[in-house]
Amino acid sequence: MTSWVNLILQGALLGGYYALLASGLSFLFGVMRIINLAHGSLAVIAAYALWFIAERWGIGPFLGILAVLPVMGGLGWLLHRTVFERSLQGGELVPILSTFGLATVVDNVMFQNFGADTRSLAPYIDTFAYESWNLPGDIYIGQLAVLVFALAVLVLGGLHLLLLRTSLGRQIRAAAEDPDAARLVGINAHRIHGIATAIAVMTVALAGMSLGMRATFDPYSGSQQLVFAFEAVVIGGAGSLWGTLVGGMILGIAQSIGAQLNPQGFLIAGHLVFLVVLLARLYAIDKLGTLMRQLRRQPG
Amino acid sequence: MTLLRVEGLSAVHGLLPAVRGVSFEITEGETLALVGANGAGKTTLLRVIAGVHPVAGGRIEFDGTEITALPAHRRVADGIALVPEGRRLFPGMTVEENLRVGATSGRPGAWSLDRMREAFPQLARIWQSKASHLSGGEQQATAIGRALMANPRLLLLDEVSLGLSPKAVDGVYDSLQHLKAARTTTILVEQDLNRSLAFADRIICLLEGRIVAQGIAADMSRDQVMDHYFGAHRRAAHGVPA
Amino acid sequence: MLNEVDFALNEGEALGIVGPNGAGKTSLLNVMAGAYRPSAGAIGFRDSDVTALSAAQRCRLGIGRTHQIPRPFSRMTVFENLMTAATHGGGCSGREASDRCIDSLRLCAMMKVANRRAETLGLLDRKRLELARALATGPVVLLLDEIGAGLTDGEAAELVETIREIRRRGVAIVWIEHIVHVLLQAIDRLVCMDAGQIIANGDPQAVLADAHVVDAYLGGGAHDLAPR
Repeated sequence: MTSWVNLILQGALLGGYYALLASGLSFLFGVMRIINLAHGSLAVIAAYALWFIAERWGIGPFLGILAVLPVMGGLGWLLHRTVFERSLQGGELVPILSTFGLATVVDNVMFQNFGADTRSLAPYIDTFAYESWNLPGDIYIGQLAVLVFALAVLVLGGLHLLLLRTSLGRQIRAAAEDPDAARLVGINAHRIHGIATAIAVMTVALAGMSLGMRATFDPYSGSQQLVFAFEAVVIGGAGSLWGTLVGGMILGIAQSIGAQLNPQGFLIAGHLVFLVVLLARLYAIDKLGTLMRQLRRQPG
Repeated sequence: MTLLRVEGLSAVHGLLPAVRGVSFEITEGETLALVGANGAGKTTLLRVIAGVHPVAGGRIEFDGTEITALPAHRRVADGIALVPEGRRLFPGMTVEENLRVGATSGRPGAWSLDRMREAFPQLARIWQSKASHLSGGEQQATAIGRALMANPRLLLLDEVSLGLSPKAVDGVYDSLQHLKAARTTTILVEQDLNRSLAFADRIICLLEGRIVAQGIAADMSRDQVMDHYFGAHRRAAHGVPA
Repeated sequence: MLNEVDFALNEGEALGIVGPNGAGKTSLLNVMAGAYRPSAGAIGFRDSDVTALSAAQRCRLGIGRTHQIPRPFSRMTVFENLMTAATHGGGCSGREASDRCIDSLRLCAMMKVANRRAETLGLLDRKRLELARALATGPVVLLLDEIGAGLTDGEAAELVETIREIRRRGVAIVWIEHIVHVLLQAIDRLVCMDAGQIIANGDPQAVLADAHVVDAYLGGGAHDLAPR
């Protein structure tokens, strides 16, 4: 019994990482209707940057991130100016194509510079990478996993508050709902979209840091991370920030249970849950609605 | 003193010319109505002045400064605010949030959230309602309020009576009457010709993108203006569908 | 949205519907056309109960409609829009279909733009296309949703003429409208709705004089309801 509790707990904490990873994807889609297929690759860029800083200058990732965050933010702004803005003018499918191309370019540039070796940030954070707290009932929860989960909650909560309570957040929402009307009220839609992209890429940097610390990465890890982020967003509901947390947790738990049942089960269980939820959203919700209406008509 | 001067302004809508060499001026405190048939270029003209529609030729001068190439959000900061056709509120945001966003440009002036509640009591009742849940009249009041929050010197109103019941339209024009009394410079496009003639100081008639007549509202009769809707040559062919 | 609404439309009759925004006018239209399912109640067309039928089925039976915001098939030409309506909604083919389309084009003054893509049309032509397309389905009842909005007095006069011609062919009309003086020129009976219910139903002038209607819809000011 306790091993199942342990399993679900681990899965939920893993879900925290997925939620952190997916927050940038969800935010960008919610704000600009852009599906950024370079999302995973950007996380890997951040991981490599942190690794480089640690390797070269001996500065640990928790300090290194202070330098990497603003740089990634600037990269996000640049991405918007050069890629996203033009892509949006072409319609809704063009950003998918251009970010796909971007991901390929990024992955291969990293390969050229860093080689195929897998890296990790774990050596630079000492024992933190595997230390855990021992809870009653033979339950171990990793301190790093808890930190990442807390980070996810902070980021999602921060984004939520930003959008709801601040002037910048209102401008972002307005520019997302109707860029034309936004300009009419004095919002510089161009600048706002750039800021939103910068924010999204900064959250991706945090996810890259988490990825590097809890696991390994190589130049081509981006696509795997993209899939996880995508699945978490879809399971939780596209456009809902807290839904992304729930989606991440469901994905993590499904994967953990799958791994327990079968050595190959980790990925498959996650994909299965994703497909079931996707189909349910597409078909069952509609049927459920009709069913509800029919039931209500009987007594009437 | 002249607040807005438009010279030889041209604009296209898709492939077709929508505004062709339009020139006019408006003095501070004046209310000007643009009238004309559908497709005459009225909405395009307002959008060009607001900066959300590209200029194909000519120039626009606001308060002595040329603004032809200035982006829309900068024009709001300078004091031009457009209430677009169809209201265009931000549907997921509440009335309060829509109004707050209207103040993005940070222009100083008499309008604030508190003043808004006083001037539009019907808004105070729906303050936290989402814009998508409002009735047409409430949306129109919110849209006008949102433009006022920018403390504009020039207010542009595009078809504020569209889709509203007669009672709701009365309500809107009552509010506009207050603005007029406060000498807010206004250009409005209004489908109902009687209202235009009653409300505005001056009328400009547009036909197929050109100004075909202008004058003091009090001096112009309905029939005179109606003639200009179709052009004199079409009056001769009266009775034949377009 | 709708609260126990009862009414009937006779063959060839023209009924106007007015009411404040949010009164349920468009919802009523949508329920009649089959776009919404009612949670209670029934809709009868001639002698049969059509409540369970889809919008497409009702269209084929003879219920045609326009939309408040025109929804043309943007990439198709005007003529193609009408042909689609005539062959699917109207159930005709070949020569009969194109004859019907040409007739619709003439009636709605769209001959000149017949080969233009719908997305290039201005507002007035889009509204005409909505009407022409509904006519091409060969309706017995035509449901119009604020088709007069945004029209100048001259354009509105043309619209009234077109509606009168349609009525001469025996088509019944249900017309939601805010431009009251235009509506009055084309209808036999007037209904006023408020808050999901019908608050007045009968002779147009009587309805407009009704105290409830004045309070909810017209407002106290003087309104020129004479044709212009």
